[in-house]
Amino acid sequence: MAFVNWLKRHLVVLAGLLTLGYLLLPNVIVTVFSFNKPKGRFNYQWQAFSMDAWKDPCGVADMCGSLSISLQIAVWATIGATALGTMIAFALVRYRFRARGTVSSLIFLPMAMPEVVMAASLLTLFLNMGAQLGFWTILISHIMFCLSFVVVAVKARVMSMDPRLEQAAQDLYAGPVQTFLRVTLPIAAPGIAAGAMLAFALSFDDFIITNFNAGSTVTFPMFVWGSAQRGTPVQINVIGTAMFVIAVLLVLVSMAIGNRRARQKA
Amino acid sequence: MAAVTEAPSPPAAQQTRPPRRRGRLTPYWLLLPGILWLVVFFALPMIYQASTSVQTGSLEHGYEVTWHFATYWDALSQYWPQFVRSVLYAASATILCLLLGYPLAYLIAFRAGRWRNLIMILVIAPFFTSFLIRTLAWKTILADGGPVVGALNALHVLDVTNWLGWTAGDRVLATPMAVVCGLTYNFLPFMILPLYTSLERIDGRLHEAAGDLYARPFTTFRKVTFPLSMPGVVSGTLLTFIPAAGDYVNADLLGSTDTRMVGNVIQTQFLRILDYPTAAALSFILMAAILAMITIYIRKSGTEDLV
Repeated sequence: MAFVNWLKRHLVVLAGLLTLGYLLLPNVIVTVFSFNKPKGRFNYQWQAFSMDAWKDPCGVADMCGSLSISLQIAVWATIGATALGTMIAFALVRYRFRARGTVSSLIFLPMAMPEVVMAASLLTLFLNMGAQLGFWTILISHIMFCLSFVVVAVKARVMSMDPRLEQAAQDLYAGPVQTFLRVTLPIAAPGIAAGAMLAFALSFDDFIITNFNAGSTVTFPMFVWGSAQRGTPVQINVIGTAMFVIAVLLVLVSMAIGNRRARQKA
Repeated sequence: MAAVTEAPSPPAAQQTRPPRRRGRLTPYWLLLPGILWLVVFFALPMIYQASTSVQTGSLEHGYEVTWHFATYWDALSQYWPQFVRSVLYAASATILCLLLGYPLAYLIAFRAGRWRNLIMILVIAPFFTSFLIRTLAWKTILADGGPVVGALNALHVLDVTNWLGWTAGDRVLATPMAVVCGLTYNFLPFMILPLYTSLERIDGRLHEAAGDLYARPFTTFRKVTFPLSMPGVVSGTLLTFIPAAGDYVNADLLGSTDTRMVGNVIQTQFLRILDYPTAAALSFILMAAILAMITIYIRKSGTEDLV
């Protein structure tokens, strides 16, 4: 009976931890298999321990090239989408104007559309315009679908901002530019940063839209997709593991900095 | 879907703030570049796609708009199994995501204590490993003769799922179950995050109040917690169902030719067969179907202010 009672009390915790396990299991597999020494072209079965792939992560033809293309696209898409999205978010929160509803639904629609629909429609546009598919068409598409997510993230932050802070700055004779740079921007910064991070992750990881509009350009997800047919090098797992570790470390460091700042203020 | 990251209600000062005198055109200048981008690269492509779907012709001789609506009918009658499959798979994955995601979101919101941040990181961090790599990992996990399949076999789960047509023989890979498993896995964080946001906003004192009124834990959940988390449930379901219905990656990597979804058909038609009108028509039908389902769903769940 004691056990049943214990189970009853901790059922939610157990179920939650099981889900967490389900979420992390593939990452564990990716990490473990980055130390594998596969016999054939595919890295799906465990054979023997080896550090080879970690010693030579760029040893596979074209993989690091595709990684660098993905990084470039992600950086530019982040800059573009964050700039355009932040401006839209400020306009939506801070101003009452006509066509506000139309603008809001135009922002919402790309998020409510299956990616394959957007991918296909962009392809028809590019084909009709006779555009050369490649780096630029990928970048244009990525800015387009990241934009809405940036708007949502920044909007949330700007909405919770107290406009009286800016009024106070103006009462203290700060000009509009000064107010924006010294008050508005620092307060909105976490929202903008969240939007930028989201845009970077979305762009870097996008496959469906890129698949349609890449032409012969190969981004990292495209490379992984191709390798699923041709044979998966262990180096893919190395990159996957490294990305996971770097992401966790970055979050931990930023949290530590945040904690220290909070303590300093206190 | 704004509810996902929406902040607590804006301070009261915002409503009483005097209207700005200068810069009546400022909002339009702020909007111009972004909106222009969306019009040119989101709205215009949709129009091009609509026009493509009513064209006839061939790649060699060029296409012409002939208002040939029969393409829609042909596409539907030929590919309705893939449509049905997409809706079924996406709906199953969404329900599974809700069942799996709710306890975890609840755990983070109410029970995690000082572990909360760590668990949050662990939920979000997998995002940074390319989802294709993670989906390929499921090939290893569900491999024929692997421990998962062995366990399912020993527990006679496979007998049941075979009977239901979800798996085939001793295999899980290349069956509907593998595809749904992959879809569930891929879109689970999109369910957990909105659920967590809406659960976190619930005032803990409401739980105490329910307890004081002699509600048992489950009753408290049914009458207080769950109804208050409805915005999260609705946006989570949408965020999971929409991308899952259009996905073709899971069906391609984990499934077989018998598990092809609409996304696979659209992809093949556009990129390999190069039958643009059919592909455009299929894509439009998918979009219309999803928009219709969302509208009905939002009406039914009574959260129209959500989006």
